Amino acid sequence: MPTTVPAYGKEAAGRLASMADVTASDGALRRFLHGLPGVDAVGLQARAATLGTRSIKTTAKAYAIDLAISMIDLTTLEGADTPGKVRALCAKGINPDPTDRGTPRVAAICVYPDMVATAKEALTGSGIHVASVATAFPAGRAALPVKLADTRDAVAAGADEIDMVIDRGAFLSGRYLSVFEEIKQVKEACRREDGSYAHLKVIFETGELQTYDNVRRVSWLAMLAGADFIKTSTGKVAVNATPPVTLLMLEAVRDFHATTGVQVGVKPAGGIRTTKDAMKYLVMVNETLGEEWLTADWFRFGASSLLNDLLMQRQKLSTGRYSGPDYVTVD
Amino acid sequence: MSSAFEYAPAPESRAVVDIAPSYGLFIDGEFTEAAGGKVFKTVSPANEEVLSEVTQAGSEDVERAVKAARKAFEKWSALPGAERAKYLFRIARLIQERSRELAVLESLDNGKPIRESRDSDLPLVAAHFFYYAGWADKLGHAGYGADPKPLGVAGQVIPWNFPLLMLAWKIAPALACGNTVVLKPAETTPLSALFFADICRQAGLPKGVVNILTGDGSAGAALVAHPDVNKVAFTGSTEVGKAIARTVAGTDKKLTLELGGKAANIVFDDAPIDQAVEGIVNGIFFNQGHVCCAGSRLLVQESVQDELLAALKRRMSTLRVGDPLDKNTDIGAINSAEQLARITELADAGEAEGAERWAPACELPDAGYWFAPTLFTGVTQAHRIAQEEIFGPVLSVLTFRTPEEAVAKANNTPYGLSAGVWTEKGSRILWMANQLRAGIVWSNTFNKFDPASPFGGYKESGFGREGGRHGLEAYLDV
Repeated sequence: MPTTVPAYGKEAAGRLASMADVTASDGALRRFLHGLPGVDAVGLQARAATLGTRSIKTTAKAYAIDLAISMIDLTTLEGADTPGKVRALCAKGINPDPTDRGTPRVAAICVYPDMVATAKEALTGSGIHVASVATAFPAGRAALPVKLADTRDAVAAGADEIDMVIDRGAFLSGRYLSVFEEIKQVKEACRREDGSYAHLKVIFETGELQTYDNVRRVSWLAMLAGADFIKTSTGKVAVNATPPVTLLMLEAVRDFHATTGVQVGVKPAGGIRTTKDAMKYLVMVNETLGEEWLTADWFRFGASSLLNDLLMQRQKLSTGRYSGPDYVTVD
Repeated sequence: MSSAFEYAPAPESRAVVDIAPSYGLFIDGEFTEAAGGKVFKTVSPANEEVLSEVTQAGSEDVERAVKAARKAFEKWSALPGAERAKYLFRIARLIQERSRELAVLESLDNGKPIRESRDSDLPLVAAHFFYYAGWADKLGHAGYGADPKPLGVAGQVIPWNFPLLMLAWKIAPALACGNTVVLKPAETTPLSALFFADICRQAGLPKGVVNILTGDGSAGAALVAHPDVNKVAFTGSTEVGKAIARTVAGTDKKLTLELGGKAANIVFDDAPIDQAVEGIVNGIFFNQGHVCCAGSRLLVQESVQDELLAALKRRMSTLRVGDPLDKNTDIGAINSAEQLARITELADAGEAEGAERWAPACELPDAGYWFAPTLFTGVTQAHRIAQEEIFGPVLSVLTFRTPEEAVAKANNTPYGLSAGVWTEKGSRILWMANQLRAGIVWSNTFNKFDPASPFGGYKESGFGREGGRHGLEAYLDV
């Protein structure tokens, strides 16, 4: 097995170059993606359900709650977002539980590009990243130059991470190379003036791709194009992150790592609201990828309401009593 | 397994089940002592703790139980089907209500992980009673004539691998058809059958319709040989099955046998690999491999063998072996010292005959009977581990080059209970299913059970079907 290199390190490009033959043409890429092993839906769902029965108690639960909090991309993506709302969210991210300063900070605050500067300022010195959606989020229905400008704007405003959406229309019509090239160009648009790169998360909107075979193919496609993270959903459609889809993406990341040595992160987003849900995802990561992925560098939750449930469960563990929604902050 | 995210122990509470210090025989609606007064102990295979003392039935007890069943038969068989159904529905609901208690009991007495007894055994047990309750008033529509008659008294002997589920497979169709039963659970796992006797009382089942005799093989032998038993049903080893067939030969007893197996789980190069790995693991490590239809021979197409075996070993390394009552345990204890010795002997023979042995690093408890999940590669048809039923968590891996070769190897066994086919090609699944001489063929799944689906073997795996409409035939005079 090749040695591990992080997707957002300099060495990753060389590893991807070794796979250049499969992305040399539309035909080659199609043959490669269609040659990946199929996914049996019933079996995948059964495996995800079985992992969901793991019982995480006491010390394991305490560990998992703190880990989950530290992996949250605390998100606000509303038309009604204001600087005040974003600043409040940033304050929450820095200090999630005012009654317990030992509570870990979240991983990132996720906002629209025009709010990046506000968030960046509010998070100064906290170590929390600013993630910005870009590329005409959530539909991605804009011309490529617009998407690239959107990305550059967010990076220039100080975004540490860019959450792009793929062109689902191109993918579903079989124009894989077009999707691939677009991801590569967005990745280039993540380049800062000093030559460093904002980390790139690639959102598939798996609820629109529908089949598990598509999810495995798009995962490989995005990783070949240089994604640092692969992400399930925008949170803006009917079906967002599900355990089977996330499990499948974890398996794709595992296989890509075994092939190229490149370590890629995974971010399920949308619909993960409870501590119990979060535990199930962490169990899937633990038993599919192992502890190398059990850090905010390699696994994230795209969520907003999840944080408060984790905080309530955390209080329950430390005090022995359930608190309630009035004992966590609303931001 | 990761060290950072170590799952804390999550044991299911033992307090939900109240095991008495001793149990009698359940005859004619009452727990009674044996005529001979002999008793034996049943232990938890996970730590060799004595759970209870149960009674050894002798030939006099068999006589009493068969007589009680014969007496009850007259009224029971005369009840309208809808009335019998009411009792069966009631039993099914009681099983659901007491499922947590029964799951814990089953895991204690058998050694299987609570995740399986809770999520697999108990739901299937209840489903089986619900399913056959539904048939009780519709027997005229089952395809066996307008008014098919029951056989009489059924003598049933069941194994230790799925104690309560095998009881359900035997008792539910027998009662639905109007028979009465005398059932002997396995020597090492008598407790859930005794709890079932209590459920029969709770359901108000007429006395003598269900009788439970605990004991060793001699009790089973006396039961099947009893002249007033009309129907013999046995699930267990092929060796004992043959002995029963000899006993029953020349009598007018009706017989069904569900015996051993050496199932081939066949993986083609176009299989959904991740799910195939899950299916292989489920096929051989489910219930510690104590499954007659276990996929104990993995036939893998040579072109994907390296990839598949690497994935399988990786997956096996995440299996959690240990306390059956821990909700996170995947593999529990081997049921008995005797079975452990047999598994050990065959695994050693595999090594001695030149197959390559592999097992993930896993710590086994000191007390109790344990065997690590084990894989043998480089196995050929000539090896004992490719021919004999191991009935434990040991997988023999063989390879093939073409579909014809896969079929030839899969069928090259005296057994014929089940088989699995893994391919994304639908036409190949159908072609394979037609070629394979096995009673059950699973495609892109394994060890999937449903009361509506008939189950049974070819060749030395036995005859007769349990489950579904077909399962009624064994208990009707047709």
